[in-house]
Amino acid sequence: MLSINAFNTYRIPQQLKYFKPGNLQEALEILESVEGAKVIAGGTDLVVDLKYRRVEARALVDISRLSELRFIKLGDGYVEIGSAATIREIAESGVVKEKLPLLAEAAESLGSWQIRNLATVGGNLCTASPAADTAPPLLAYDAELELVSSRGVRIVPLGKFFTGPKKTVIERAEILRSVRVPLTPRTYGWCFIKLRRTSFDIAKVSVAVLLRVEGGFVADVRIALGSVAPTPVRARSAEKLAIGLKFEDAVRVASERVAGDISPIDDARSTAWYRLQTSKVLVKDAMWRAYERFLGAGAWR
Amino acid sequence: MEMRIRFRLNGVVTEVDIEPHETLLNVLRDKLKVKSVKYGCGIGECGSCTVLLDGDPVVSCLVMAAKVDGSEVATPDYIAQTELGKAIVDSMLEEGAVQCGYCIPGFLVTIYAALARGIRDVDEMRKAMVGNICRCTGYVNIVRAVKKTLKRIGSQTPRNAVERPFR
Ligand SMILES: Cc1cc2nc3c(=O)[nH]c(=O)nc-3n(C[C@H](O)[C@H](O)[C@H](O)COP(=O)(O)OP(=O)(O)OC[C@H]3O[C@@H](n4cnc5c(N)ncnc54)[C@H](O)[C@@H]3O)c2cc1C
Repeated sequence: MLSINAFNTYRIPQQLKYFKPGNLQEALEILESVEGAKVIAGGTDLVVDLKYRRVEARALVDISRLSELRFIKLGDGYVEIGSAATIREIAESGVVKEKLPLLAEAAESLGSWQIRNLATVGGNLCTASPAADTAPPLLAYDAELELVSSRGVRIVPLGKFFTGPKKTVIERAEILRSVRVPLTPRTYGWCFIKLRRTSFDIAKVSVAVLLRVEGGFVADVRIALGSVAPTPVRARSAEKLAIGLKFEDAVRVASERVAGDISPIDDARSTAWYRLQTSKVLVKDAMWRAYERFLGAGAWR
Repeated sequence: MEMRIRFRLNGVVTEVDIEPHETLLNVLRDKLKVKSVKYGCGIGECGSCTVLLDGDPVVSCLVMAAKVDGSEVATPDYIAQTELGKAIVDSMLEEGAVQCGYCIPGFLVTIYAALARGIRDVDEMRKAMVGNICRCTGYVNIVRAVKKTLKRIGSQTPRNAVERPFR
């Protein structure tokens, strides 16, 4: 969107009500009963959208301080992250760094320090930008989302959550409660690479890789990309063809085949052609770096 | 529809009537007359409006004022008067870090917060400052001022002027 800023961004040009519920149940009731009510967490997407009138709201329901939503928990075989956990809390969490290093690496690269202190993982996923930085790692980890409403709870795999740019399956009166990540029994190498123009720009292209190699052959590889399709995507066909191959061959094949898994477009940040070319290179780079980390051979940065 | 919020501003318990659609930046500048907090881009990108919220730097242009009820907020004018703040300001003056000056209050808050957290490495300091944009200096003199501050304070950890939320 390359346009002269015709808006005064000092104030939100909309009248709003503001609710600060004391618990999740109350938040759901307000969301259900108040017309035009929207959830606000960190506000780093929503306040911008309200200022630009890209989103109309009558009321905001602030969930950012609900302890029921603000946690990072290591369970038996999984890590669960509350939707209101901030990106900074995730990037600095000992549990995340140890168990989900791919997510920690992506969280560190999201926005600036001032943004990470406000931004939440729930907001990042619910905004559903194709460039959302937590999405490729969480897709690679096969994360599941717990959505709650006053009618009940449903579990949606992240791969089925996004339906298009800025579109998800979430319903108006639903709240994303938590992100649940199953832990793999074996260790994986990991790498998140984000290509961007300035130090805290959003991604032109991002790639997340998880990799396990046995006896020189790829036992498992998971590749997810951001900003190269209407939603963050897994490169399923590239993965399928790479598994079972010798590592060097797998890199070549995955890098070629990733083209079939993505559908980049031209926009203000990049052209489709550039995104396609760089996706290939980044898949290669990310696989190599993940391999080096898998071997524990000292990561290059 | 007005609402009243109560929070601690620069150590002083403060009550103020706000409109629910107002941001923290709006209330600080217009209602509480804290003009050291600057409006730059209004969309979180430039860092001119940086304040400490419960000890962490945030862009006040994206924080709803209603959210800070029960919190602790510190602004540049206050931070400049702390021991650590003075060390940063003196270093900025000596190194010519300030040209037009509009971005400087925001830089002060971020630099203060990073040092108060114990960061002592210049590259780490650079990373902490990516959310503050300066259009005049090219950053060279700002980084020099950071280096000078690091030298000034050595390994000592100055007392963080910002305490826990009081709720
Ligand atoms: C300067 C700047 C730089 C940025 N850089 C990056 C970047 O590098 N990478 C990146 O990915 N993003 C970036 N962003 C975008 C933004 O910071 C992130 O997407 C952030 O994670 C959003 O979280 P939030 O809590 O602030 O969301 P909010 O703005 O509070 O909410 C966003 C949307 O999600 C909904 N929502 C939030 N939480 C829930 C929930 N629990 N249940 C249901 N709905 C919910 C809201 O209703 C709203 O529609 C940047 C933003 C700015 C302003």
